[in-house]
Amino acid sequence: MIQDLSRGLATWWRGVDRTLLVIILALIVIGLVLAMAASPAMTDRLGIEDPFYFLYRQSAFALLGVIGMLGISALNPKGARRLAVLALLGALALMMVLPLIGYEVKGATRWIRIGSFGLQPSEFLKPALIVTAAWLFAEEQRGAPIPGRVIAFGLYILSIGLLMIQPDFGQSVLLTLCFGGVFFASGLSWIWVAVLSSLAAAGSTLAYFTFPHVASRVQRFIDPESGDTYQIDRAMEAISHGGIAGAGPGEGEVKNFLPDAHTDFIFAVAAEEFGLMASLAIIGLFALLVARAWTQAMRLQDSFAQLAVTGLALQFALQALVNIGVNLNLIPPKGMTLPFVSYGGSSMLALAFGAGLLLAFTRRRPGAYALRHTS
Amino acid sequence: MRLWPFRKQVSAKSRSVALPPLAEAAPADMSRLLRIESDETKALDAARSRLRVMGLSLAVGFALLGARAIDIAVLGSADAAPSQRQAQQAIVRGDLFDRTGQVLATTLETHSLYADPSLVWDARETAEALAGVLPDIDVDSLTEDLGGRGRFVWVRRNLTPRQRQAVFSLGLPGLGFRMEPRRVYPRGRLASHIVGYTDRDLQGLAGAERAFDGSLLAGDGRPVALSIDMTVQFHVAEVLAASVAEFQAEAATGIVMDVRTGEIVSMVSLPDFDPNRPSDATPGGRLNRAAQSVYEMGSTFKAFTVAMALENGTATLESGYDATGPLQIGGYQINDYHAENRRLSLTEVFTHSSNIGSSLIALDAGAEAQRGFLGDLRLLERAPIELAESADPLLPRNWGPTETATISYGHGIAVSPIATIAAFAAIANDGVYVRPTLLPVAADETIVGERVMSSESAQTVLDLMRENVLDGSGGYADAPGFQVAGKTGTAEKPTRGGYDSSRLISSFSAVFPYDDPQYAILVLLDEPHGTESTYGYATGGWTAAPAVGEIVSRIAPILGVQRAEDETGERAALVRAALMPEMIP
Repeated sequence: MIQDLSRGLATWWRGVDRTLLVIILALIVIGLVLAMAASPAMTDRLGIEDPFYFLYRQSAFALLGVIGMLGISALNPKGARRLAVLALLGALALMMVLPLIGYEVKGATRWIRIGSFGLQPSEFLKPALIVTAAWLFAEEQRGAPIPGRVIAFGLYILSIGLLMIQPDFGQSVLLTLCFGGVFFASGLSWIWVAVLSSLAAAGSTLAYFTFPHVASRVQRFIDPESGDTYQIDRAMEAISHGGIAGAGPGEGEVKNFLPDAHTDFIFAVAAEEFGLMASLAIIGLFALLVARAWTQAMRLQDSFAQLAVTGLALQFALQALVNIGVNLNLIPPKGMTLPFVSYGGSSMLALAFGAGLLLAFTRRRPGAYALRHTS
Repeated sequence: MRLWPFRKQVSAKSRSVALPPLAEAAPADMSRLLRIESDETKALDAARSRLRVMGLSLAVGFALLGARAIDIAVLGSADAAPSQRQAQQAIVRGDLFDRTGQVLATTLETHSLYADPSLVWDARETAEALAGVLPDIDVDSLTEDLGGRGRFVWVRRNLTPRQRQAVFSLGLPGLGFRMEPRRVYPRGRLASHIVGYTDRDLQGLAGAERAFDGSLLAGDGRPVALSIDMTVQFHVAEVLAASVAEFQAEAATGIVMDVRTGEIVSMVSLPDFDPNRPSDATPGGRLNRAAQSVYEMGSTFKAFTVAMALENGTATLESGYDATGPLQIGGYQINDYHAENRRLSLTEVFTHSSNIGSSLIALDAGAEAQRGFLGDLRLLERAPIELAESADPLLPRNWGPTETATISYGHGIAVSPIATIAAFAAIANDGVYVRPTLLPVAADETIVGERVMSSESAQTVLDLMRENVLDGSGGYADAPGFQVAGKTGTAEKPTRGGYDSSRLISSFSAVFPYDDPQYAILVLLDEPHGTESTYGYATGGWTAAPAVGEIVSRIAPILGVQRAEDETGERAALVRAALMPEMIP
């Protein structure tokens, strides 16, 4: 029994992609360090007694997440796929009842409250849908007698519909990009690439005119004088204040002024306190994560695993690009967390879930990888 | 399915591949392992090339982020810090100084407190806490503001550093400070009408702030020095305030002007206001009575009338005028205030301030001559001073004999005190009119003046004015040793259909020292009331003249005017001898 377990562990350790594992753990540790920096300011603002409240919570969720991630990473592709499908069904079911049992924050109903823990089902939906869609595409490609693409599309439309009810424009865009990415990689013909891109563009335009907050954010980005750009201005100020070497740990000021310093603007906090080195380190780690996942995906011999890895890596990459892009005032403000780094229990667990799937699919198994990539 | 435009050939072919029975039953992984076929490899290769495209795009994205992070951190992006941007855009406005270098107006960076209601947790609590630090805050209205849905409300502009620190110490969420430049006037009320004030955006609205707006904003804010001497200003203001209190006057103004250069050394208008808080001014407080108001100046104009007559040759010192009874003209009757009911010499007309005599002098010269002469003295236009407030005079609609007569003693024409004193100064400046100015004149600067009368005429009027102080209505204006020469002016305020004899404009216009006139001074009281010590009189000689005397004795030493040591009596005899070569029979 014990021998089996230790043998299993040894197998897992040999098989797991240690590069990816180390990068993800590094990002989680950076997140904890930054939580330590931002927590006192946030607790002070929110009137919470314990200054390290957010650090403790983040640590607890990180621990939980890492355990979950390691557990999932030990699954074989089939088990991982089943888990993803189950998670997708669960997330969809929760999102359907969300209008009844969810609670509203800032005009959107996205959360289910369990004690002091807020669960955001749409966070779990993303990796689950990506893996499920990858499976369905791969099955149809392989010639399985099921209309995989139609089912995948149906699931995607349903998900977008449920996200729009909340409403959550940002997640919809992210999900669309990930789904589109997987679809594209699965061999979508160029005509359909054009058709679907224009449909997505039309959808964005519709959202721009349907949701006033989307329109106002875009307008503010294009013309900063037209509205309040308080958060972005503060973030810019913080990053330029940080300079190359940073203001020093605890010396940052932006966390005292930014309402979402510990979540959406954690990058600005990092850049102010630890300087350009920290910014480049975070950007570099994400780039490395994506690069590693990408090279592994290229080498994978199995279409499903390849698509799943692509989709999951794409989700982390896009989320990081959007979050950091907003912090650097490159794109209009969009509330999106920095994967593994931002504070947030639900987000952390969902990301760990996704990372676990990623590790599961990239694990070395007999025949999983081409020994030498030819052609 | 034919419509489905995906890699048909792949799925079709792979479907047609006959799989070994064992593979069919084997687990999915197993079956894939077995089917390492060229088609599958082709599909994977196609996917790989697509992955390459996507990977490249992501790489570009991350490279962009890195570049931007370096850009902001190292170079400090153009749109980086709004507070810095604001500071760069901040209006730079020069300081205002008086002629001795005292700061009259300067710009300070102050902190303005604002709130972001969406970040304020408890509007009421926040408002109450703020009221504890800034006591004049209205808690109810602030609570309403803070409870609003906006993202920005001003709580209080321009806090002092101490107030800012106090607010900071409250540690309330949702509050922030913005740096704002603010105009500060260290001398407060004392120079209020001279310096004027600006709006929030530091645009000059009144006084020197408006008059010299262009210079103050030029370049990096050029400082402007004024001709005002704040020490003189202090004494004029103090004496004037005492007179206003003593005679319960409604308002008052006092002006001191250098007769040779036209520099305004002092200009006081009461009631005044604090230019640091112009919106708190009392009604009329912001009115600069020295330039913005026009008054019928009364007998002061007799000096101009006599000067005009002498200049035109229609009168000499030997001329006599019949003041035995009231003068009937155009349905009006002109009376003397202190009727002598006899023939008066030109000198007596002036010293006894005879309206009848003055009218006769003016009528001898004619309306045209009078108009031309007053025009030369710039009394028929707004005073040519830099102040935008300088008011146009009120002139008669038609200038007939009646008007000529009344204008000769300063009724039926209303001019600003600054215009009056400038014209008066011309008499003291050897008959040369110099534009009044608020800018200091350098010692070697050439003053371009206009000769408006001959030296002799000017000297004669000056003699008459000195005589008027020594032995006339202006006696109280004499400041021992400083030889004041001047003319009283008392005008009844016009009311509907006539004049109100109980509401007076009492003034005294003077120059000093008589020997070598350097300064002109005017004091005007609006509706003074007689007191016991003036036997109920509220005329210029009783109210404004003593103020002039007091001011001269205070400011002459400051201005460096030499005190003449001659006996007053001796000088009086000399003047009298000069004025009256032979007695009029």
